[in-house]
Amino acid sequence: MKNTGTLKLTTRGDREIVMTRVFDAPRSLVFEAFSKPELVRQWLLGPPGWSMPVCEIDFRVGGRYRYVWRHANGQEMGMGGVHREIVVPERIVATEKFDESWYPGEAVGTIVLVEQGGKTALTQTVLYESSEAREAVLKSPMEQGVTAGYDRLAELLTSLGASGMEKGTRES
Amino acid sequence: MKNSQRLDATFAALADPTRRAILARLASGEASVMELTKPFAMTQPAISKHLKVLERAGLISRGRDAQRRPRRLEARPLAEATGWLEGYRQFWDGRFQRLDALLEELKTNQLKTNEKRRTRSKR
Repeated sequence: MKNTGTLKLTTRGDREIVMTRVFDAPRSLVFEAFSKPELVRQWLLGPPGWSMPVCEIDFRVGGRYRYVWRHANGQEMGMGGVHREIVVPERIVATEKFDESWYPGEAVGTIVLVEQGGKTALTQTVLYESSEAREAVLKSPMEQGVTAGYDRLAELLTSLGASGMEKGTRES
Repeated sequence: MKNSQRLDATFAALADPTRRAILARLASGEASVMELTKPFAMTQPAISKHLKVLERAGLISRGRDAQRRPRRLEARPLAEATGWLEGYRQFWDGRFQRLDALLEELKTNQLKTNEKRRTRSKR
């Protein structure tokens, strides 16, 4: 049975983003999908049009990892960092920094996996250097962002207007 | 104002249905206070109060015409408010849905491997 869990996203304190998600698979498999390059490159992609030609992971404490994504139009985006903590199969802590970062400083990502009856609960936390950096990331996740924001604005105003208008000027 | 304070102000201003309706009206072009009052069963001073809240949140501004003082929509704070958490969530949601598919594949492969092992050990 295919189980696509609900992704919950919250902010904690001034500088953290916390995501939780349940996967219908044992923890050992989820851990592999987060640590083996041949698996990571199959899912850690961007929106349609992006591939991941570079995915190198030196999976040991102090070891580096390097990701590069490429768009069909030739645009490239790279990021990487260093593993700080590895506890098989439950915890990975690593730094992360984009080559052409749009937010200041380096971030620290933590992945925690908890198995419950054959399913695995993931908690993924990213700690940024400042609240400004976190806001820059939330406002513009990678290449999507400003344009999409403005597109959604039109939709939002339409739906808000429909529910808020006291005298109907809209037709259903 | 700090970014987070501005977002607070934006969300507070959006919490009211009359103010949302005013924004929806302004999305189709600027309008005077009188024009904005018309569709509502409210007095002009009541509408003016809502306009002040929207103005403080930076969601609307006043046009140049000194007589009409038309209000117009300022798109940026709204775009920030709608874009922020949801865009990030959708981005990761897409990735995790791909991970679901991959995990299904890995589970199937693992089952096959285990079966092979079992048959071999029976021999």
